[in-house]
Amino acid sequence: MSQHDAIWFTLPPRAAALPEAPPAPVRATLTVSVDGAPVEVSEGATLLDACRAAGKDVPTICYLETLTPVNVCRVCVVEVEGARVLAPACSRKAEAGMKVHTNSARVRTSRKVVLELLASSVDLSTADELKPLLAEYGADPARFGAAAATVAQPVKDDNDLYVRDYSKCVLCYKCVEACGTDAQNTFAIAVAGRGFHAHISTELDVPLPESACVYCGNCIAVCPTGALMAKPEFSLRQAGQWAPERQTAVDTICPYCGVGCTLTAHVQDERIVKVTSPFENGVTRGNLCVKGRFGFEYVNQSEDL
Amino acid sequence: MDIHVVGAEASAEERAAVDGLLGAPSTGWDGGDRDIARDGRASRGGRPAAVAQRHLLLPSFHAVQDRVGWVSRGAMNYICQRLIVPPAEAWGVLTFYHLFATEPRAAAVVHVCDDIACRARGAESLCASLSETLGPEGSAPEGRGTTWMRSPCLGQCERAPAALVVRAGAPATRVVVAPASSADALTRALAFDATGHLTESLADLRAVVPQAGQPGLTLLRRVGVVDPTSLDAYRAAGGYAALTRALALGPAGIIAEVTAAKLMGRGGAAFPTGVKWAAVAAEPAEPHYVVCNADESEPGTFKDRVLMAGDPFAIIEAMTICGIATRSTRGFLYVRGEYPDAEARIAQAAAAARAAGLLGDDLCGSGYAFDLEIRRGAGAYICGEETALFNSLEGKRGEPRSKPPFPSQAGVFGKPTVVNNVETLANVLPILTQGAAAWAATGTASSTGTRLFCVSGHVMRPGLYELPFGVTLGEVLRLAGGVAGGRDLQAILLGGAAGMFVGPESLDLRLTFEDTRAAGLTLGSGVVMAFDDTTDLAEMLGRIAAFFEDESCGQCVPCRVGTVRQRELLAQLRADVGVTARAERLAILAELGQAMRDASICGLGQTASSAVESAVARLQVFRSGSAL
Repeated sequence: MSQHDAIWFTLPPRAAALPEAPPAPVRATLTVSVDGAPVEVSEGATLLDACRAAGKDVPTICYLETLTPVNVCRVCVVEVEGARVLAPACSRKAEAGMKVHTNSARVRTSRKVVLELLASSVDLSTADELKPLLAEYGADPARFGAAAATVAQPVKDDNDLYVRDYSKCVLCYKCVEACGTDAQNTFAIAVAGRGFHAHISTELDVPLPESACVYCGNCIAVCPTGALMAKPEFSLRQAGQWAPERQTAVDTICPYCGVGCTLTAHVQDERIVKVTSPFENGVTRGNLCVKGRFGFEYVNQSEDL
Repeated sequence: MDIHVVGAEASAEERAAVDGLLGAPSTGWDGGDRDIARDGRASRGGRPAAVAQRHLLLPSFHAVQDRVGWVSRGAMNYICQRLIVPPAEAWGVLTFYHLFATEPRAAAVVHVCDDIACRARGAESLCASLSETLGPEGSAPEGRGTTWMRSPCLGQCERAPAALVVRAGAPATRVVVAPASSADALTRALAFDATGHLTESLADLRAVVPQAGQPGLTLLRRVGVVDPTSLDAYRAAGGYAALTRALALGPAGIIAEVTAAKLMGRGGAAFPTGVKWAAVAAEPAEPHYVVCNADESEPGTFKDRVLMAGDPFAIIEAMTICGIATRSTRGFLYVRGEYPDAEARIAQAAAAARAAGLLGDDLCGSGYAFDLEIRRGAGAYICGEETALFNSLEGKRGEPRSKPPFPSQAGVFGKPTVVNNVETLANVLPILTQGAAAWAATGTASSTGTRLFCVSGHVMRPGLYELPFGVTLGEVLRLAGGVAGGRDLQAILLGGAAGMFVGPESLDLRLTFEDTRAAGLTLGSGVVMAFDDTTDLAEMLGRIAAFFEDESCGQCVPCRVGTVRQRELLAQLRADVGVTARAERLAILAELGQAMRDASICGLGQTASSAVESAVARLQVFRSGSAL
């Protein structure tokens, strides 16, 4: 026995085969009826899951797979037989035997009015996801009159990386969630004020550089209306040069650190104009840090390195 | 949690106010002086620690607001450090509540109610006279330490017009002046003759309860008769007999009695109390909580204020019984910030009960434990919605939550919670002392017991009346002396601003849950507000619409924007003369109302159009041109 024996140990024998993965948990299922057709969903599924499983389209604004549902926009409401009021599909859990109607007169009226209320108070000019909905539901925001109150206000352009135009904010809470426990845990912004004056704000509405913001831009990634926009896109739009039809999306790996986040570089005229990460990517879930999201300008420099 | 605090620091006075509530900071990490040897180089207090303290956010803001008159950035930063709350979130909470000021303000503020009941009784002329003496609303000219502001309903409707006068200091003074019919009354209040104003005398209470001292009263039998500050007087008048019976019955027995009595919630939703208590008692998750909803802010409602100020021990006894029944050892009584008298009385009563062993670890040697904390709201009608109230208790914005899950499953702090209105709880005592069957013999088969009616507006004797269910609307009005000044009755607002207007043809309506439901009406919070034929109902509708616009939390689109559009449409209707334009506006209003009712998250948005729609449908406001 040598003096080293005390620190030697014998490796356990190598396993003959890879251990088997534990069996996937068996989830109980339940059946609900969506527009008359029975749909089987697993326990814990939402009505939105059930509607999508049934192939029924339910519009959403404030819902995103990667965020906790806040069900504030109310365009996803559906009619559940026997319920006094409509239910938000995005967060209401499916219960066995529920009879759901996704396109009843009550549902269509509520969706139409909600869209009219948004379109009459918010600038939806860059809300590309919402515009088709307005047409689909026959929304007529002009009927509230030209003097209808709006949330119009000056653009907040207080840092080098992104611009906040709260005239375009529908108050979906997504950016607050992304800044908070759903993604970044930075808590630089929250909803402040109340009622029609509720708005997204830093403390005392201080400029971003004075706030806790770390410029991860995860709020931009989830904004459904273009109220939050990275500087390059904002500048190109200002100049009338933003052209999605000329853009290609190229997936790559972030070069900055060992995590290796998936980046999608949006390229227009041989220049990177925006960087995102796919929401369905299991590592990033659409989130990036300041370097991955904004640190691409050097690629666009024409000088040789 | 990484708290990023930059900018201003708290003044010594602001720190003292916060430390008075929270105690002195223990390390440099929570706002004290930095001492590396003691504090180390790593911050303690991760997420669990942050969550555990968050509920002290509103009390901390109150401490600073009371002491200094507003909450500065420095004060907010200090509170954020003490409680580990991100400043942006704290700002979101601070700006949610009307009674917190975020800009320097005069030390003394007169909050003048200009809501419907006070409006019907001269609030506007009071505002006009204050504009003359104190300058425009909100202004605090150099050298003058007093300003005035308009306020939504202060819950003093029976003695309208009302004002709440607040002066910051150590201690702060909060005085209700009602009726504030003369500038003179306000001047005296501004002199802060604290001894004369801070508590209501028995005579004051008798003025509010015209039936005071009469036989046949159940809930109001002690109000204006028994000294509300004396535990001995309360016991001598039958107090704590219900707790004795409750201890003998045990939790299941109490719930069986309350269920058998068919007690329905008196806050507006009329949910069976026994069912609620049984659901909480059966929940396996621990701990359970009792929450008394004393945030009554429904315009026209003042019943809970009178119960708390006039019979505070009863509410504490009832909460204790509820705690025993539902296996809850901790309760919260959330009282609106506009009720200084009621809050003071309840606090005093709780202290007396605690000293007598009627609150605490071992109630009367029974082995049961229950104690309660009083929490003050800060000016937000929405916090009367039970889940918004939970968020407010937790130190968050008073935004309602989605239901399900219901409070009995996941209420305050995510735990099973029984939440009851003050009047509902008060009924538990006679149910236990009389027995369910005897108690339920009053009223009708489906609406058992008595009901408190908050009668205000143009009647001879406004006040709080207790009557058995089944009494007619006309009888209530007759008891209140009918319409004042020999005028004709034009309309009655039944159930509050979230209720509905009816005309004189409804005087035979029996006031029960079932009769009102059948008539498409609601008893709501028991409001009966009468308007005579001189009232401009269209103007009243405008005030109601403005109320909901101001009080919407802003969370969901139908309510946040819909309440604004409703107010705008009403203004257009009052201005429009064309028949076509009017019909068009009414059609939009109706569709808007439907969407708000169907798609809003909570009861506020769902009922924000009720009064307007009922006035259009039942009283033909805007239709015949009669009200224009």
